[in-house]
Amino acid sequence: MPAYRSLRDYDWLMLILAFAVCALGVLQIFSATHETPFADAWWKQVIWIGAGCVAMWIATLIDYHTLLGQVPIFYGLSVATLIATYAVGTTAFGSRRWIGTASYHLQVSEFVKLVIILLVARYLTELKTEQLELNDLLKLTGLVGLPMVMVMIQPDLGTALTFLPILAVGVFLAGFRWQYAVVVLLAVAVIAPLSYYFVLKDYQRQRVVSFLDPSQDPKGSGYQVIQSKIAVGSGALWGRGVTKGTQTQGRFLPVPHKDFIFSAFAEEHGFVGVIVALGLYFLLLMQVVQNAQTAPDRAGMYLCMGVAALLLFHVLVNVGMVVGRMPVTGIPLPFMSSGGSNIVAMFLMLGLVNNVRLRRFVN
Amino acid sequence: MKLWASREDEQLSANGLLRDDSKFAAGKIAFFQYVGVAVFLFLLTGFWDLQVRNPAVYQERAMENSIKSIPVLAPRGKILDRDGRVIVDNHSSFSLYLSRENLKMEHLRPIAEGLDLDYDSLVARVRRFQTRRAPQYEPIPIKEELTPAELAFVESHNDANTFPELEVIHVQHRLYPRDGLAAHVIGYVGEISEAELNTPEFANFHQGDVIGKDGIERQYNDLLMGVDGQRRVEVDSFGNERRILDDKEAIPGKNLQLTIDLDLQAVAELTMENRRGAVVALDPRNGEVLAMVSRPAFDPNLFAGRIRSKDWKELLDNPDHPLLNRAIQAQLAPGSTFKPIMALAGLETGAIDDNFRVNCGGGASFYGRYFKCWGKHGTVDVHAGLVHSCDTFFYNVGNRLGIDRIAEYAEMVGYGHKTGIDLPHEAEGVVPSSRWKIRNFREKWYPGETISVAIGQGATTVTPLQMAEAIGGMSVGGHWYQPHLVKEAVKMIPVRSAQLNPENLRQVINGMYGVVNEAGGTGGRARLPGIEVCGKTGTAQLASNVVLKGTSFGATHKDNAWFVGFAPRDNPEIVVAALFESGEHGQLAAPIVRDVLKAYFDKKARLAQPQPQIASLPPQILKMPPVVPAAGENQANP
Repeated sequence: MPAYRSLRDYDWLMLILAFAVCALGVLQIFSATHETPFADAWWKQVIWIGAGCVAMWIATLIDYHTLLGQVPIFYGLSVATLIATYAVGTTAFGSRRWIGTASYHLQVSEFVKLVIILLVARYLTELKTEQLELNDLLKLTGLVGLPMVMVMIQPDLGTALTFLPILAVGVFLAGFRWQYAVVVLLAVAVIAPLSYYFVLKDYQRQRVVSFLDPSQDPKGSGYQVIQSKIAVGSGALWGRGVTKGTQTQGRFLPVPHKDFIFSAFAEEHGFVGVIVALGLYFLLLMQVVQNAQTAPDRAGMYLCMGVAALLLFHVLVNVGMVVGRMPVTGIPLPFMSSGGSNIVAMFLMLGLVNNVRLRRFVN
Repeated sequence: MKLWASREDEQLSANGLLRDDSKFAAGKIAFFQYVGVAVFLFLLTGFWDLQVRNPAVYQERAMENSIKSIPVLAPRGKILDRDGRVIVDNHSSFSLYLSRENLKMEHLRPIAEGLDLDYDSLVARVRRFQTRRAPQYEPIPIKEELTPAELAFVESHNDANTFPELEVIHVQHRLYPRDGLAAHVIGYVGEISEAELNTPEFANFHQGDVIGKDGIERQYNDLLMGVDGQRRVEVDSFGNERRILDDKEAIPGKNLQLTIDLDLQAVAELTMENRRGAVVALDPRNGEVLAMVSRPAFDPNLFAGRIRSKDWKELLDNPDHPLLNRAIQAQLAPGSTFKPIMALAGLETGAIDDNFRVNCGGGASFYGRYFKCWGKHGTVDVHAGLVHSCDTFFYNVGNRLGIDRIAEYAEMVGYGHKTGIDLPHEAEGVVPSSRWKIRNFREKWYPGETISVAIGQGATTVTPLQMAEAIGGMSVGGHWYQPHLVKEAVKMIPVRSAQLNPENLRQVINGMYGVVNEAGGTGGRARLPGIEVCGKTGTAQLASNVVLKGTSFGATHKDNAWFVGFAPRDNPEIVVAALFESGEHGQLAAPIVRDVLKAYFDKKARLAQPQPQIASLPPQILKMPPVVPAAGENQANP
């Protein structure tokens, strides 16, 4: 059925939206780095976007059912790689998230997200019942929880948390008894304070504290939030113009081309720019959801919704952090933040969505 | 592709995976969409809050983050002597400021420790700036003349993460001549005080400004000061300058040329070394001050930075009052130097004439009291009275004139009111009169009081500058010019002129010539070969010598010696008044005047000859040779 898999049948609206976001990202990366040692970051980003497109195309070649069939292998590979990362991974910014080669770093956990999406989709598709039973729920939670804990101890709490919405949306769609929800909420209510004191590391606790009250430690972790809010606020309605934001250009903003790119964007493009960018993200999200709605089967639907959940969560946490409404977690903004792993992983996810879309008329 | 995947497909189909029932979750997907809408609205409200509702707050804070203002201090103008030689220069140094945009009070302690500053006074200083009207962007000066070690401390700590408030500014500091040369004329600069800030004169000044505090520095502060500039720069979070937002250049202060002749000044300083007193040299033809010395002097360089309280206390506690400019602030009885004015008044009013004679037998009685003369002079006329400084003669002149006519002439020559010289804090002295006594003591004047006024005692007090102006004006025929230190300061017309009989003036001047050049004249020590020096000695009593002899008070309160002289007799060019406190006799002040006059005429002669000019030395390396007292100078021989 090669006709169905021609480029013409791709979801071009979705891709155009993604490319538009990418373009804003490249522009902002240029603006934020043109006076720094990372001045070539925008160019690298363009190359990564190209690489992402290729990855996306490859991801559409293989039927997603085939991919789902290989989930045990992917899963085993992921766990093994995470262990390897922990053993030999290079330490950057105080945590082990990358597997290093000479000049490129591969953030393994970015790709584990993909595997989690596949895992959840396959697991939920294979259910015989109309609702999740408790043992299924626990089993699935355990499957997701293992790599999640491994990412958490890298330590990369932010990325680990991105696994949760995939699981949550999947479980929500699969259907579950409301009593389970109550139990889960209660469990969270008990575990959260406990983990705050016993599981979280000092700097993570600091982040929580500074999220709740950034002024408490204005030069430490609260500094990032305060500087980000100053950047966003000083952008006002129309922004200060590309390469004109003093917060971005003066490097008061932490990593203005990576995690805080949206803060830099908001400073230089103002509220109007923010509406445009968030509008693009929203349309992109809805387009992904639309592909879920038109998916040929449950597996496709779960895949698309997993991608949608992940995308929404990323935008919520990253952009929320920029305006001080979410704690600082250090997760990148999809399609905008500078970084190859993020871009390639996100395009691979769009590849999954297109994969589903290309096969919607099968059977 | 299909080949590769077919087996799995079949498996999944067998498990019922491919059944087309994806629509079962349609409602839940719609719910997810609503959640998405909610999330985006939630995020948008965050931006709305920051960017639309209070952007001004954050724009302000972004500015505070990134904009730093650095004062560009205007160098003060140089002060030059009449030949254009530099008296006061500037030298480059580094000053430490605290920029107030990113000042943290908790940083003050480590900063104070690192720079060896007193913590409490540093805090007090910062607080004072915060409450004063200095604008927020004006940094606080905390230390001048940084040493290389202090500079290194600052350089290694003024990054964004340690003490970003530390700011080193290149400044021009005052460099004054050493050994207090002309210290009182020049004055000194210092940081503006609280009290000064509250006066209307300094209404436009700010805390931390350096202003002239005394002397020329104070008088011509506006001219010398220039206008500070300011540079506003955008900085990054590491404190690096990214670009200059605006750059207001400093306008340097204007250079100021004084009428002072450095050569003459140096000689006058030397003659006064280790003495208390003052020397003023004027050009009587126009009032230009050629030299003005007050001793003991102070080192104005102590004030160039911020004066240490120890030094300041030492200056204030010194019993010799080195900060006092005796040339314009010492108000002392003129003693016998008042006699030429008495003689002139007597002749002009007709109270005496050329034929008037008095027999001096060592004193005379007036109004039931005996007034002693310092010697026995026999028959004395006006000329002899001046030459021998006969008190008996002038007691009689005074008695004939009466106090109010004496006062009239004393005021005519400039006593009793400020000369108006361009220096702050000039004293005016006292010319007693019947009106003066009524006003100040509510008592009528007794004629007996006139007798001591006639020889420059009693309530009469003058400053050295007034004396030089008074005698100088008489020497040029009764035209008194405004004494001044800056050429452009006054118009070249006399401030007072008197219609005087030239014959009478000649009589008085000849008397003063006799004082120096005739046998028995009291001012013989002022004699200069080839130059017709005229002058008058004066010995001003603080209390009767007879009473004091042998008491401890007498030792510390010796009479003040005066000499005022001018030359040449016809068409005088220079008048010099010297006050030698506790000098005991006017004769001992005469050599001071002689030396200054000699220096003046030597220089004039040297310039008249077609010789190659000697390269002038800058004042800071002008080393004074020790004074070798002339033989016999110290022998008291009235």
